[in-house]
Amino acid sequence: MMEKMIFGRYVPGDSILHRMDPRSKLIIVFLFVCVVFIANNAWTYGILAAYTFIMVGMSKISPRFLYGGLKPIFLLVVFTFLLHIFMTKEGDIVFELGWLKIYEGGIRQGIFISLRFFLLILITSLLTLTTTPIEITDGLETLLNPLKKVNFPVHELALMMSISLRFIPTLMQETDKIMKAQTARGVEYNSGPIKERIKAIVPLLIPLFISSFKRAEELAVAMEARGYKGGEGRTKYRQLTWGMADTGMILFLAAVTILLIVLRG
Amino acid sequence: MSKPLVSIENVSFSYEGQQDPALNNISFDIYEGEWLAIVGHNGSGKSTLAKLLNGLQFPQEGTISVCGITLSEETVWDIRKNVGMVFQNPDNQFVGTTVQDDVAFGLENHGVPREIMVDRVQTSLDKVKMGTFLNQEPHHLSGGQKQRVAIAGVLALQPSIIILDEATSMLDPRGRAEVIETVRELKTRENITVISITHDLEEAAKADRIIVMNKGKLYREGTPEEIFEMDEELIKLGLDIPFPVKMSKKLRQKGIGLTKSYLTEEELVTELWTSHSKM
Repeated sequence: MMEKMIFGRYVPGDSILHRMDPRSKLIIVFLFVCVVFIANNAWTYGILAAYTFIMVGMSKISPRFLYGGLKPIFLLVVFTFLLHIFMTKEGDIVFELGWLKIYEGGIRQGIFISLRFFLLILITSLLTLTTTPIEITDGLETLLNPLKKVNFPVHELALMMSISLRFIPTLMQETDKIMKAQTARGVEYNSGPIKERIKAIVPLLIPLFISSFKRAEELAVAMEARGYKGGEGRTKYRQLTWGMADTGMILFLAAVTILLIVLRG
Repeated sequence: MSKPLVSIENVSFSYEGQQDPALNNISFDIYEGEWLAIVGHNGSGKSTLAKLLNGLQFPQEGTISVCGITLSEETVWDIRKNVGMVFQNPDNQFVGTTVQDDVAFGLENHGVPREIMVDRVQTSLDKVKMGTFLNQEPHHLSGGQKQRVAIAGVLALQPSIIILDEATSMLDPRGRAEVIETVRELKTRENITVISITHDLEEAAKADRIIVMNKGKLYREGTPEEIFEMDEELIKLGLDIPFPVKMSKKLRQKGIGLTKSYLTEEELVTELWTSHSKM
């Protein structure tokens, strides 16, 4: 199941979206989240959907893969749709069965809201699918840089993020090791009543916590030994390059936005 | 030998809340271009000594000077640039998300301009034969490879001294051989002074000079041959003698005329298989 989840996963590739600067991608996603709310009729939603599918096409990620990965989320979309169909009481009654009344407005709302939801998920997934986590971190660090003026710890936050990313696989391996060690000692993770299974997590978490603290301490010493003294006077190895494609994509979204404003009812 | 690069004079250090000092009035010099092994049992003070050399701790008494700079709160950053350190756990010193980011970490800390960084990252990785692993993530590397990346990270800062603080103790025999070989090559090619803190006497046997520490004191100092002559004494200190040394001793006791005690298996084997023809 975990292999199929695409939420927060990166798929290596060489499409325009992959090569774009993470800053421009972050800006586009942020703008898109706002722009989605402009749409209020069939035309405008159609344009939004078209925009999203153009993006999917540009990412060169196979639609089948996307569909497979987003399947669990479709349930949520369907749920949103049903919720709106039954809860909205606007316009003419389209369908009636005893106490159950479905209104025209309900169908409209249901389609629009679930479509909006679906498009948002798709666009944000495209961001994580085409951008490595470390690129996202770098992008955020540069975008948030102006906040340094109000003493917001931008560098520290970015470093924390990148160290967490770096240690995820290490801690996963460790969890696996501890689980095996505890299983060998008779702890059962996959059978027994729920209460017992939850209890079995404790002897997994405690060693994991202890070793994480030890790791943190050793890492801090190693960082200090390598001359780390905070963000002051540090240079950056990773470099972000803003290209034509980045400006182009932002202008494209701007054009779409203008079109949406003109066409909204 | 050449001039002292590091001098340690009457240094004492105790950890807070501990009665016995971790280091008790220690003095010695480390010379340019040598490979010095500091051996000792757990709690002999050898790791504390490494931390003092890098300014991770400051001595309560006595002075340490590295490359003519006396260690103090003000000079600690210059000293850290000169003294690179590789620690025991390969995972807990890997800061970057990829090999190249990790090597660049130290350079970033010292504010090295990017153009120089790119070049230094590549050359230092080439020196440890990891030049083709630039974008590899740490969890795809073996322990020995991670330690070599750590060495590259140190090399990138162009230090005069590398301290290996039990750097091979968590590796399998192959990783250990890889790391030791890398260090030996670097020492000859780059003229870097190596201080290896270890309790593995096989590793210490490859050094030019050995210092034996016990209970915070400098117990003995000498060439590997001299140190391994101590025999029983070493075992009493919780250390063991390398197998080839033990073997040559036993052979000599049996009346087989070996010319000397051998430190490496290879030397011993060579002597043995050529000895017959001399008789």
